[in-house]
Amino acid sequence: MDRTKIDLWVGIFVALGVAALLGLAMKVGNLTSSKIGETYSVTAAFENVGSLKPHAPVKSAGVAVGRVDSIIFNSKNYEAVVTIKIDKRYNFPKDTFANIYTAGLLGEQYVGLEAGGDEEVLKNGDKIAKTQDAVVLEKMISQFLFSKASETNTDGKQSAPASQAESKSTELGDPPF
Amino acid sequence: MTKSNPLISIISTLQGIGHRMVERIWRLGAGARLFFLTIIYSGESFKRFHLTLREIYSTGVMSLLIIIVSAFFVGMVLALQGYNTLQKYGSSEAIGVLVALSLVRELGPVVTALLFAGRAGTAITAEIGLMKTTEQLSAMEMMAVNPISRVVAPRFWAGVISMPILATLFSMVGILGGYIVAVPLIGVDDGAFWSQMQANVDFQSDIVNGVIKSLVFGVACTMIALFEGFDAPPTAEGVSRATTRTVVISSLTVLGLDFVLTSFMLVI
Repeated sequence: MDRTKIDLWVGIFVALGVAALLGLAMKVGNLTSSKIGETYSVTAAFENVGSLKPHAPVKSAGVAVGRVDSIIFNSKNYEAVVTIKIDKRYNFPKDTFANIYTAGLLGEQYVGLEAGGDEEVLKNGDKIAKTQDAVVLEKMISQFLFSKASETNTDGKQSAPASQAESKSTELGDPPF
Repeated sequence: MTKSNPLISIISTLQGIGHRMVERIWRLGAGARLFFLTIIYSGESFKRFHLTLREIYSTGVMSLLIIIVSAFFVGMVLALQGYNTLQKYGSSEAIGVLVALSLVRELGPVVTALLFAGRAGTAITAEIGLMKTTEQLSAMEMMAVNPISRVVAPRFWAGVISMPILATLFSMVGILGGYIVAVPLIGVDDGAFWSQMQANVDFQSDIVNGVIKSLVFGVACTMIALFEGFDAPPTAEGVSRATTRTVVISSLTVLGLDFVLTSFMLVI
């Protein structure tokens, strides 16, 4: 086979490879969506971030407006400090509320911003004061159980231990040993 | 043969193990030596790049068909099987994520490397083994042409260049195959397929890591094929055995390396 033909085929081969990589980057990967242009970063302290991870989306009214940049643990007051990067195009009032929500029932977690009514807007390096932690399922269940137990306690003292044990075994699905 | 004495049979068994061990280590060392020599003498394969281009043609371009066809089927099967399980949990839209992540992170690099070892690695081993058998390599040395820089290095670089290209093509074609099964055939929503995929596939940690994997597999597969060919006994039987060994060792190395690389990438 002569050399120009080989050159042509190798050229086609390499071009196909580059096109596949570009296709993967643009169509499959998040290279396009992660480039949100100019950003400014603000921090927010949470007592519990649940399973929030860096690169998780930051949404306001359901629209992605930024990304979580980093999550670090502050050992002075035992809080998680989440740094989020918000697109420069969007401004939020100073008293914006930051929540950690879960997409779907068991989906990934994201930061939701709910705008307040302040005149001033958040600037680079500001801290969001009002935050709400992630919902931890175990905590909710234990709270539920405690409230259930206290209900049965007020009903009648004799039946309380039995019904408590019963409710525990049914709620948690523990086999009664 | 003293059949009755158990001590001697134990000793001879141990000898056999030791002999094999020493031989394996010797081969590993010889392979590493060939690898370093290849790196040192690879200047010519870039100065006279048409040598490398011709090898890219025979290893890369000629492997295109098998890679594309198998990628297509792998993607389609992934979508079918994934849908079957995902729909039980009511999340059949996640089929795009499943297909894309499994292709980009694992199946793309690994299956491509296995096919590459079968398609191109055997060809390299057989070619070099036959060159040695017919004393072409010795003839080159007589003419003061270094066979490593003239024969081995261009094939090495061709393999290293071809492999990531083939693996990315595999992933892309596989995802298209999965798309064809998931969207028109099964009826998963088109937008959900792509948007969930884009939300969950990270360029850095998924796509780039897949390409790095395929690069490492390319080095390993090509080097094993070259060494087996270079080391083959100069007989018809020797070349055939070397070709078989190329496939077996390459496949095992790829699977083992895959585990090591994945564990490193997940930690980092």
